[in-house]
Amino acid sequence: MAEPARVTTLAEAVASLVHDGDVVALEGFTHLIPFAAGHEIIRQGRRDLTLVRMTPDLVYDQLIGAGCAAKLVFSWGGNPGVGSLHRFRDAVEHNWPRPLELEEHSHAGMANRYVAGASGLPFAILRGYSGTDLPERTPNIKPVTCPFTGEVLAAVPALQPDVTIIHAQRADADGNVQMWGITGVQKEAVLAARRSLVTVEEIVDALTPVPGQVVLPTWAVTAIAVVPGGAHPSYAQGYSERDNDYYVAWDAISRDREAFDRWLQEQLLAPVGGAG
Amino acid sequence: MSASVQPPTLAQEWSADEMMTIAAARQLHAGDTCFVGIGLPSTAANLARATHAQGLVLIYESGCIGAKPTRLPLSIGDGVLADTADAVVSVPEVFNYWLQPGRIDIGFLGAAQLDRFANINTTVIGDTYDRPRVRLPGAGGAPEIAASCGEVVVIVRQTKRTFVETLDFVTSVGFGTGAGDRERLGLRGSGPRMVITDLGILQPDPQTCELTLTHLHPGKAVDDVREATGWPLAVSASLSTTEPPTDHELATLRSLEATKSGTDS
Repeated sequence: MAEPARVTTLAEAVASLVHDGDVVALEGFTHLIPFAAGHEIIRQGRRDLTLVRMTPDLVYDQLIGAGCAAKLVFSWGGNPGVGSLHRFRDAVEHNWPRPLELEEHSHAGMANRYVAGASGLPFAILRGYSGTDLPERTPNIKPVTCPFTGEVLAAVPALQPDVTIIHAQRADADGNVQMWGITGVQKEAVLAARRSLVTVEEIVDALTPVPGQVVLPTWAVTAIAVVPGGAHPSYAQGYSERDNDYYVAWDAISRDREAFDRWLQEQLLAPVGGAG
Repeated sequence: MSASVQPPTLAQEWSADEMMTIAAARQLHAGDTCFVGIGLPSTAANLARATHAQGLVLIYESGCIGAKPTRLPLSIGDGVLADTADAVVSVPEVFNYWLQPGRIDIGFLGAAQLDRFANINTTVIGDTYDRPRVRLPGAGGAPEIAASCGEVVVIVRQTKRTFVETLDFVTSVGFGTGAGDRERLGLRGSGPRMVITDLGILQPDPQTCELTLTHLHPGKAVDDVREATGWPLAVSASLSTTEPPTDHELATLRSLEATKSGTDS
C-alpha cells in the first residue's frame, strides 16, 4: 500500500507516533541527529521508553536525565570528542533519576541488527564479539554455525523499533525524503521500524540530485515535520555546522543534577510555555 | 659539576603526549589503509598524512573512506571527513564490506584499561557490570576493528590505573590469554603490533605475545615505565631509545592541534 507520508507538525507527530513504553530509535551518526524531536518527546512527558541508538550522544543523555527511558540499547555512549555522558552514567552508576536497563552491543552488531530489521529477517550474522565479555552480558548475542563452512559466527536479533525518528536535509512536496553527507544507519532504521518520522530542514518543489544522497520514497515514511535547525547541536550538511561549543558546554551542565534540572526547566520546558 | 645555567633537557622541548603522538604517526605509511578511532589515534593518523605518509588512506567508522581533513576532526562524524572523503558509505557498509572481510591494514585504537596481552577495556571500571564504579562509553567499533584489521596499533597514556593485571571487562581482544589464542578464537587479523604510550613503546614477544618494553622515549627510564605498569614488566634485551621529534614533526603537530575547535577526551 503506497500511502504517502503525511506532513504535520512536530508536536502532532510525536503525540501520535510515540507512546509510553514504545521502542524508539532516534538515529543519525553524529550528523543529522534529530534533537528537536528528542526534546519534543521530553516536553510531552513520555515514559518507560526503550531507547535504541548506536551512539546515545547528548540527545539520549537528555532523555535519560529527564526520566523518559527504562532501557537503553546502544553501542557507544560518550560525548564525542569531549568525554562522558554524565546523565547516562548517573543512571547506570546511581539509578538516577530511575534505573536504566542496558543492552550493549558493538557498532557492527547494532548496524547488523538494523539491517536484519530492514530486511524482514529474524536475525543478522556477523564475524564479531569473539573473545570479548559482551556475549556474557548481552543475551542477544548468540553463536551460530555456518551450514556451508562450519565457521562459528555471531548472531544478533533484528531490531524492529515501534518508531524510528531521523532528521534529513529536505523533502519534496510529495514527501520523498533526501539526505546526504554521513547518512549512518538511518535508511535501515527507518525501514526496520513500524512507524517513522522524518524532521526536515525544508520542503522543496523538487529534489535536486546530490552526490552520495540517500532517498526514502514517501510511502516508506509515516510522517514528515518541517523543523529548520532540528539537528542542533548536531548539524545538517549544507545547512548548518556542528555546534562543538554546545557539546563542550554540556559536560558541565550534565555533570551536576541541579544544573541539569535547571537546563531542563529553563531551556527546554519553559520556552514553549507548557505547564509542567 | 659546575653550577652554571642548565641547558634545557630534551623533555622540556616537547610534551610526553607530543612524543607519543609522533611515535604513533611514524608507524603509519603511505599506501596503508587505516581504520581510525577518534582522539589520539585520529591526531596521530592525521599527523602521518601531513608529514611522511600523504598517501595514507584514513577510514572512519562514520563511513568516510579516504578522508583527507585539513583540520583535526572533533568527532568521527565531523563534516570535514565527509567533504574530503573518496567515498561516504553507510555504517552497515563500512563494517560489513570494508572492515569484516579484512580490507583494512591497520586498526588504530585507544584504551581505558589494557593488560599484558594488549586486551582492551572501554566498558566499565569496577567489579560489577550492573553497578560499575565508572561507566565508560562501551565498545563502539573497537571489538571488530581489533579482530579484523590486518594489525592493530594501540595508543594510550601509561599509568598503573590503565595498565592493569586483570581487566574489569574485555571489550576488545588483543592476544587473549596468550600465544595461539587469537587463532583459537577465529580472529583473522594478526593482532596488536605495538602499544605506544607517553613513556615508550611496547611490542608483543614473538613467542609468548606478552607486551615487552622495546623503546623508551627520550628522557624516560625503565623505572618510570615499571612504576606505570600494573604487572611485572618485561623489558627487551635490545631496548632502544625512540628518535626524538624532528622540528618538522613538532611544528606540523602543533599546527594541526591549533585547528581543533574543541577539546579532546
